[in-house]
Amino acid sequence: MLVLTGMAVAAVVAAAGPAPVPPVLPPVRVVSINLCTDQLALGLAAPGQLISVSRLAHDPDSSAMADAARHLPTNGSGAEEVYLLAPDLVLAGTYTSPDTVQMLRNLGIPVEIFAPAQSLQDIPALLARMGAVLGREPAALAQISAFRAALAQLDDAPANRPRAALYYVNSYTSGDRTLAGDILSTAGFANVATEIGLHRGATLALEQLVMLQPDVIITGRDYPGQARAEDNLNHPALRALPGTRLAGTLTDRDWICGTPKVLNAVRIMRALRLSVEVTQ
Amino acid sequence: MRLAGGLIVLVAGLFILSLLSGYSSAGAFDSLTALVRDDASPLSVVMREIRLPRALLAVMIGASLGLSGAAMQGYLRNPLAEPGLIGISGAAGLGAVLAIQSGLVLIFPLALPLAALGMAVLAVLLILALAGRRGTSITLILAGIAISALAGALTSLVLNLSPNPFAAADIIFWMMGSLADRSFAHVWLALPFMVLGWGMLISLGRGLDALTLGEDAAEAMGLRLSRLRLMLILGVAACVGAATAVAGAIGFVGLVVPHLLRGMVGARASALLWASALGGAAMVLAADIAVRELLPARDLKLGVLMALVGAPLFLHLIYRTRKEMA
Repeated sequence: MLVLTGMAVAAVVAAAGPAPVPPVLPPVRVVSINLCTDQLALGLAAPGQLISVSRLAHDPDSSAMADAARHLPTNGSGAEEVYLLAPDLVLAGTYTSPDTVQMLRNLGIPVEIFAPAQSLQDIPALLARMGAVLGREPAALAQISAFRAALAQLDDAPANRPRAALYYVNSYTSGDRTLAGDILSTAGFANVATEIGLHRGATLALEQLVMLQPDVIITGRDYPGQARAEDNLNHPALRALPGTRLAGTLTDRDWICGTPKVLNAVRIMRALRLSVEVTQ
Repeated sequence: MRLAGGLIVLVAGLFILSLLSGYSSAGAFDSLTALVRDDASPLSVVMREIRLPRALLAVMIGASLGLSGAAMQGYLRNPLAEPGLIGISGAAGLGAVLAIQSGLVLIFPLALPLAALGMAVLAVLLILALAGRRGTSITLILAGIAISALAGALTSLVLNLSPNPFAAADIIFWMMGSLADRSFAHVWLALPFMVLGWGMLISLGRGLDALTLGEDAAEAMGLRLSRLRLMLILGVAACVGAATAVAGAIGFVGLVVPHLLRGMVGARASALLWASALGGAAMVLAADIAVRELLPARDLKLGVLMALVGAPLFLHLIYRTRKEMA
């Protein structure tokens, strides 16, 4: 896991450097096989340039751009299926199966791999790189400056930040060096996970969470169907702390991917923080 | 009686230790004070809402599994008859998974233990039908393998078909069992069924003693074998069903505990029943302490630990009974 995140950081840093040399002619049949590249490409591609997105892109719970994706056919992210679409560029994520990527490259299809964002600061670099590989640099520059301007307006964290915990299915949490953690801190919260040395995604035992006594617990969303792994979100201990507010669920689609849509998540969390400050 | 006293002291000691195992580094005295007096502090919440139900469930589940193992072994007169090994726990897990995935538990919470119990009854009936009245070890184990495999496969199938992305990860919980983050809701859900099961199985003591003389002799002494069998089926199903519904399948408890205690009770089936209940409680408490102390951040499954202890003993028992099986 550490190695993986290390690689992801390295990839992001590399991406932040000078943009790759744009192809002579921009690609005309682009297929995306990862939820996050789906959304970056949907926001930047020229009409008709993107011909297929991954299946999750149509799921309104996971994808912030499900509506925009609706008119595009989906793919199951398998090499065979993607090859038959005859793309001249495939967009994949770091966690896309390496076998799929290798197979496509062996078949002569260029594959661009994007690392997931670890912070809000990674987003301009991701936009710039997506703009470069699609030959849409001006659109990317416009989105970057709009993103930076909107972010600057939301940046009003108080000196005395309320303490919040992100608590997902299976007792998972996100520390400060994750996109979700950065959303939380940009919205003006202090993340309790960092108090016990958790900086990335990690397990936060229910006991630890209770002992930390956060002001707010923000839980992950309830997925369709049932799973025993979700039981932790309904444990009575979460409601037994008098000073802790169980503040609803986070909307996955705005939190998962490093796209300008994370601003929605920052806005919702900032509103939550303001309401917590009023009641305290 | 010395054995009973010793086992009770052991269970009580392990119960306290279980209450003191966990992440928070608060001292033993502070922790136990916070347990008794609810001052709404975080430590008090941890002790009362997280650790107390966990320790209680360990006792209840251990007693249920130990008792079920001893009763099955007494009835089949075979030391290999254990609810986990012969597929009863697996079937109960399938019942629980069906109740959860069908959404039935959202409408009617008792559907969880009831469905587990129902499937456990089916499994016991199947085992008794397949193994026959005087089941040899080989038929018993083969029937158990078949039922376990079928139940496990169907559990995986149901969870893989679930729209929930985390359901597939639940497979390991249902196969291996865990008490992590269970609450009082689970205690109240399981307790009535377990009490019922304990009552039925403990009442079998005299009948099982008589059975050691052989079925004909037992019936000549006035034992009604059909009634004993019915009580055994329902008692084991209630115990194993309720235990599995809240904690997943925890194997080998009913194998190891009666084996360790058989010599100490002079091989009397009736005495082995209560002794195995206490011993089972001690064993699951000890295992649940160990999973928290060995790998605190990993939610190591109870079944892993039980199998590490139980499987070598199982192999040893098979080795000893190989003449019968040949």
